[in-house]
Amino acid sequence: MKAKIHVTLKQGILDPQGKAIEHALDSLGFNNAANVRVGKYMELDLQETDKAKAEVEVKSMCEKLLANTIIEEYRFEIG
Amino acid sequence: MNIGVVVFPGSNCDHDCRHVFRDVLGQDVTMVWHKEPSLAGLDAVILPGGFSYGDYLRAGAIARFSLVMQAVKQFASNGGLVLGICNGFQILLEAGLLPGAMLRNRSLHFICRETYVKVENAATPFTNVCRSGQVLKIPIAHADGNYYTDPVTLAGLQANAQVVFRYCMADGKVTPEACPNGSLDNIAGIRNAEGNVLGMMPHPERSAEAILGNEDGRAIFQSMIQSLERKKLAGVR
Repeated sequence: MKAKIHVTLKQGILDPQGKAIEHALDSLGFNNAANVRVGKYMELDLQETDKAKAEVEVKSMCEKLLANTIIEEYRFEIG
Repeated sequence: MNIGVVVFPGSNCDHDCRHVFRDVLGQDVTMVWHKEPSLAGLDAVILPGGFSYGDYLRAGAIARFSLVMQAVKQFASNGGLVLGICNGFQILLEAGLLPGAMLRNRSLHFICRETYVKVENAATPFTNVCRSGQVLKIPIAHADGNYYTDPVTLAGLQANAQVVFRYCMADGKVTPEACPNGSLDNIAGIRNAEGNVLGMMPHPERSAEAILGNEDGRAIFQSMIQSLERKKLAGVR
């Protein structure tokens, strides 16, 4: 199974990179873009055939290492 | 005293810390490789600055799982003095030995320059040779020093005098302009509730001798030595 994991700063926490990109988009004329958030994307192969078990394992990976839940939130898809 | 300086792959201020403790202050220093499972015989432990494990994922995120960090946690829970400088502070946060997390600097720049910090708590083993409110000039060098924590934790830090250093102007005024990185409440350094673990972003080891043009940082190391000596004397009696 493959897990696709997204980690971004929590809503409400200033994302200076997102802000810089938003300004750049704005100066290029993309005035409709707002609330740009920058994050990390990770994918990994899991030696697991049971989707429920895989979800538990990936959640644990996110909580322990992949995200710092003080400042970041995560979501993932498994397939 | 025997001071342990932990060396992670990517540490780059470890030798500066050794130099200050050994050559400037005349202490014994043991370099502790990150695979070392024990800190036996050490009086204090320094987590130095640098880019442990390349800062991959997040600064300090991988270093916290190294073998030596289990020993550091044990050392800290036994009341041992632990000082984390810059990347060392980030590791202490990731390891949960101190509360909060570091965000990218507000400006997005890596900032390397002198800063002024105000000693908010001079009654710690890391600041006891300072006066309360004293201003120290100590340089910073980081990209991720923008301290963040939730409002409840911040209120707790403030109420328990755990905010030890705040960025200030040369005259000691703590203002938004004095904060180089966007850090919450101008926080430059905090201690744990028990008081034996301190994390700070400024680099006192880079400002600890006259030949470098700045000796303010030496106060941190002198405080540690003085506090350890007092503890030993009390133990003898």
